[in-house]
Amino acid sequence: MTETTAPLLEVRGLSLSFGGLRVLDDLDVVVGEREIVSVIGPNGAGKTTLFNVVTGIYPPDEGEILFEARSILGLDPHQIARRGVCRTFQTLRLFLNMTVKENVMAAAYGHTRAGVVRSVLRTRGMRREEREIERLAEERLGFFGDRLVGYRWKQPAYSLSYANRRRLEIARATAAKPRLLLLDEPAAGMNPVETQEMTELIGRLREEGGYTILVIEHDMHVVEGISDRVVALDHGVKIAEGTFDEVATDPRVVEAYLGTSEAKRA
Amino acid sequence: MNGESPEQPRIGRDEWVASAAERRARTVASRVQDVVEGTPAAVKLVAFALPFAVFPLLVESDYLMQVGIDTLIFVLLALGLNVAVGWVGLLDLGFVAFFGLGAYLYAALASEYAGRDWEAQLAIPLIAVAVAATGFLVGLPSRRLVGDYLAIVTLFFLQMWLVVLINASFTRGPNGISDILPLEFFGRSVTSLDGYFYVALVAFVAIVSVLYLLNQSRTGRAWRALREDELAAELMTMPVNRLKLMAFAVGAGVAGVTGAIFAPVQGAVFPASFDLVLLITLYAMVVLGGAGSLVGVTVGAVLINASLEALRDPSDASWLFYGVVVVALLVMLRPRWLPPVVLGGTIVFGLVAHELAQQWRPSLVAGAPFGEARIDELVESWVLLPENLVTPDGLPTGAMGRLAYIGLIAAVLGLTLVRSRLWRSVGLVPVLYLAACVWENMLLAQPAVARFVLIGAMLVALMAVRPQGLFGRQRVEFA
Repeated sequence: MTETTAPLLEVRGLSLSFGGLRVLDDLDVVVGEREIVSVIGPNGAGKTTLFNVVTGIYPPDEGEILFEARSILGLDPHQIARRGVCRTFQTLRLFLNMTVKENVMAAAYGHTRAGVVRSVLRTRGMRREEREIERLAEERLGFFGDRLVGYRWKQPAYSLSYANRRRLEIARATAAKPRLLLLDEPAAGMNPVETQEMTELIGRLREEGGYTILVIEHDMHVVEGISDRVVALDHGVKIAEGTFDEVATDPRVVEAYLGTSEAKRA
Repeated sequence: MNGESPEQPRIGRDEWVASAAERRARTVASRVQDVVEGTPAAVKLVAFALPFAVFPLLVESDYLMQVGIDTLIFVLLALGLNVAVGWVGLLDLGFVAFFGLGAYLYAALASEYAGRDWEAQLAIPLIAVAVAATGFLVGLPSRRLVGDYLAIVTLFFLQMWLVVLINASFTRGPNGISDILPLEFFGRSVTSLDGYFYVALVAFVAIVSVLYLLNQSRTGRAWRALREDELAAELMTMPVNRLKLMAFAVGAGVAGVTGAIFAPVQGAVFPASFDLVLLITLYAMVVLGGAGSLVGVTVGAVLINASLEALRDPSDASWLFYGVVVVALLVMLRPRWLPPVVLGGTIVFGLVAHELAQQWRPSLVAGAPFGEARIDELVESWVLLPENLVTPDGLPTGAMGRLAYIGLIAAVLGLTLVRSRLWRSVGLVPVLYLAACVWENMLLAQPAVARFVLIGAMLVALMAVRPQGLFGRQRVEFA
């Protein structure tokens, strides 16, 4: 668990309501350095909302979010992303009409410097920076074997298949050079082979990229395969936390997924 | 960009999707576009600038020189508008106000009325910065607005600007400021039209280069990204609000410089020069050429301004009118044998109508067409052209045209209600004939109106075939 490593992300007492609906309720989540934590829960449990609050899309009603022991509450989403929290989207949000490579290069905005004047003058520093982020994009796309390289670079993102779009989203998020990656259902809509690949890929992201990963996933094989720790949510409340086996057998989790009567019969 | 492995696509779902773009029907326009996009930017710039550079050497008439200057000014404005509209996707309807601000600022810095005679090498950069800053300020309250809301707010800004211009005493209201000094660089005044033409050309080369380089940089990439998906761009480290303000400021700066060239060219500035008609014309240029493409926007501005000038002559206008109608029919009617049938039917219908009118009331066809070219002679024996003064019934001149106009509107509305393909094609024949009558009797008599009607018709026809404009990229919103 997290005792040995310093927490990278600390979410304390997070609450958020949409009108009368309590979406997150006094939620605590801690993610340690280079840990892979899965967030599970039925539809509407507040998993994606948790991501949206952490990335700064919604301000929470109450609670504190610390990243690298500093509060990121009140920062604009792009500032949070620059601090090192970057995400993918459950409903894919690629820059569809840009090329595959440009999608990735665009996300390097935060750690590049060339302003208007330097861009127009094509200074040496600006050109070097462009070359660097182009290499960065090629390297990030190369992470997926031969799926997003070569002739793919110049293709518009809309021409990619669903699974490749999910991969491109991950490549784009990593191009922002984050320390914490938030993956929102990375294996959704993939076939069993692709799902297996994605499981291995998430492991490699930590081993080779050094990222800490918080992942929302419905596919229990993926969750079992990748997680150091699992957090189960239901109606915005954390109902269980622990290893995959602990959480999967927790009666409250079973109840949340299957309903009360079935749980009792089981 | 280079060095990718020449591996072939393999069979599979990915590859099927990937090759979809290539399997799309290839049109002539797309092939031209591919050639243009494959050409290095510097070559394109020279290819554009060279004909312009030799234009004053070949042209003698002052009128054509003036048209050339106007064209370059339109190109500059269209380039400026393209920044916010084409690259960032912000519907900015206040753009013309920045052009006006640049012109009036020049009037404030170099006119007898203002009592100042700043030299252009100081005035133009100052105006560029001041107008860009204004663009930034106007953008501030609107930076959270998107789509229609931004359009309304910026349109309000334009109206406010016009109201101030017309009513304020320091701008001399509708009379404008008319004693503006010519551009003066380091003690040498620009006095000839040729001189102004080259000033505008230099401005074009400079501005298009700056915009091109900007578009190639991380800023341009971020602009495109935020047009695609604002939220995703923000979450991928791009400061969306600041980028929008930058786009506003850059576009406004371009408009300001253009205004500072426009004011001394005219020698005077009036509020009426910066109205909605100009805004709509600029949008037509950007849309026709292809929003987002520098080549497209430039070509669009040249094409539309050249057409608008050509349309001042009734015969040229007629050629264009009938040409647009025929091309639109050829492109829009399916199956392919239908357009010739409809056209033939319209000609026969006209000849019969003309003959019947001749028998019944010869005065209905006794008029003469407005132009004197061959097309007008052809048309004379086909369209109903009443005598020029008064018809036997005592109707004043032009009544025929007006009646036909109302009839045309009713007929078009009626035609849209017809469901059956057959009857719609049949109904098209009298509608086309009516349109020709309206054109000959009414629109040709009012070239100022007819020009814009025709440009509108051209745009409609083009948009039906190539919604992305001549050089625009077809965009996929959901895929």
